Amino acid sequence: MKTTKSGYRRPASLTKAPMHYCAGCGHSTAHKLLAEVLDELEISERTIGVAPVGCAVLAYFYLKCDIAEAAHGRTPAVATGIKRALPDRIVFSYQGDGDLAAIGLAETIHAANRGEQITVVFINNTVYGMTGGQMAPTTLVGQVTATSPSGRESATMGGPLRMCELLNTLDQPYYIERVALDSHAGVLATKKALRTAFQAQVEGRGYSFVEILSACPTYFHRSPLESLKFVGGEMAKQFPVRIFRKEGVALHA
Amino acid sequence: MKGAVTVESKRVLMTGNEAAAEAAIRAGCQCYFGYPITPQNELIAYMAKHMPAHGRVFIQAESELAAISMVFGASLAGARAMTSSSSPGISLKQEGISYLAGCQLPAVIINVQRGGPGLGNIDPAQGDYFQATKGGGHGDYHIIVLAPASVQEMHDMTFQAFDLADQYRIPVMILADGRVGQMMEPIRLQEGPAPIPPAKPWALTGAKGRAPQCIRSLFLEEGALEKHNLALQECYRRIAAADTKLEETHTADCEWLIAAWGTCGRIGKGAVQKARAQGIKAGLIRPLTLWPFPYERLARLGAQVKALLVVEMNCGQMLEDVRLAVNGATPVHFSGYPGGRVPTVSDVFNALTALVRQ
Ligand SMILES: Cc1ncc(C[n+]2csc(CCOP(=O)(O)OP(=O)(O)O)c2C)c(N)n1
Ligand code: SF4
Repeated sequence: MKTTKSGYRRPASLTKAPMHYCAGCGHSTAHKLLAEVLDELEISERTIGVAPVGCAVLAYFYLKCDIAEAAHGRTPAVATGIKRALPDRIVFSYQGDGDLAAIGLAETIHAANRGEQITVVFINNTVYGMTGGQMAPTTLVGQVTATSPSGRESATMGGPLRMCELLNTLDQPYYIERVALDSHAGVLATKKALRTAFQAQVEGRGYSFVEILSACPTYFHRSPLESLKFVGGEMAKQFPVRIFRKEGVALHA
Repeated sequence: MKGAVTVESKRVLMTGNEAAAEAAIRAGCQCYFGYPITPQNELIAYMAKHMPAHGRVFIQAESELAAISMVFGASLAGARAMTSSSSPGISLKQEGISYLAGCQLPAVIINVQRGGPGLGNIDPAQGDYFQATKGGGHGDYHIIVLAPASVQEMHDMTFQAFDLADQYRIPVMILADGRVGQMMEPIRLQEGPAPIPPAKPWALTGAKGRAPQCIRSLFLEEGALEKHNLALQECYRRIAAADTKLEETHTADCEWLIAAWGTCGRIGKGAVQKARAQGIKAGLIRPLTLWPFPYERLARLGAQVKALLVVEMNCGQMLEDVRLAVNGATPVHFSGYPGGRVPTVSDVFNALTALVRQ
């Protein structure tokens, strides 16, 4: 790692490419934490990531490891194919809420249910960022988006999907945790969760899933700072931050 | 290979579906991902039984979308990978096939066609010719399409498909039908050690000792997609020049030409033999590759014969390519069986003699 004058350290697994993410976007922080974990576990040279279709589709510009780009939502199925072909490599998927919980919900559940030895990093920002801030499966009730202009109404649009809770009903997952990138403590907790998840894979323990509550200031229509408050406030109320599954045991059934 | 009945010293009795599955194993297929659908269920069941026994990967996926995406993952990791299905399932696989084509990834896909559109029926059909040969999924691409007419060809073509896929970094489809998939015939199995695939320096295996790589079909940089698409077209030209394959029967002096593929090609051959026995100078052209299509050979034959008869178990799909090749040089007639009925030799013979009498 290199330390700049400001104290910021760029992990070796992060490229120097300037990120295209909006100011205050959670993807940037999540990428950096992911890169730090790859560094610390010394696995970047045997890791293959699968980028989603979503704002993070260009993750390969930023992460210094092999990366494939999946069709929208098929990300865990692609990760499954890679991991089954190369069982001694570390394989992760990195997905937004549209990719993971809408179009790719079947792939998400079945990869988890088979206990694929992969790590799924789930960026829940309650909206479709890439396509212009439409409603996501995780959009809060009442939240205004491009396709719920009067606010999400559960009677006709359904309520927010709680993915950790849903996956926690399955037998096979080894580790499931939800964290929030809303504060300094949240950043540290996110890093710890990612590290635990990848460590589980390094040890061949099974399927690991980390949901990261993450800001999308652009489509929250809030300032970056207000967005962090939204993540730690309304979002965390709907999506409780906790460990759901540890060492294969459900903690919150 | 437990379960197969040995007929002679080196021949075994198998269904086309099992013959394709066994060929994949012999060709070194490392990963198979499938989802059940009639009439290809013998294939997935064979793989479920035999792939793990060979220490290979078998997954019954949650859908065809997932199965083809798993193929995509295994292929980009450098493995020989295959999936199989039938028409409605192949429609779902088109998403992944387009991504495989865009990413220049090898893969083998078997379509044991059934009737359509929609659920259609589970009888043999050739209704997926357009889908297979004209792209199928979105974007400007082709895949290699092989058309077996017998259980032996189901075996041999599946075996060859893996080499073709690796050689050109392209998906290869075996476009069979329920008849070829489910009938039993004695065949000779591909013997000897599995072919050694070419080195795959492009595969994602972890960036040890090299710079990180990515496999993608998104090209946002100015002019990058155009360049990529032109490179794909260049690859397609090389394939067409080197690997257009067809079978001809009595074409040297023929005046009446039947053009048919797969099951219809086999029946057409019977009709040609029957016509020859009666002194009619009939011949047959049976494309073994539907893409690339033998346009040039058909153009020359078109200039030679009095008329052509295209026979297909659909409403006229290869017919369009034949017309394109012949380009008005001679009349092109059509006999179609679109509802799951397989024509008999007499059906085709009668259609041919009706032409001759005209
Ligand atoms: C099959 C398909 N359908 C739709 C799209 C358009 N699309 C691109 S990204 C996206 C949603 C992205 O939202 P999310 O997964 O939440 O990720 P984010 O951009 O918020 O990080 C959609 C619908 C697509 N590329 N492919
Ligand atoms: S649109 Fe939202 S998710 Fe996408 S880069 Fe901007 S802030 Fe991030």
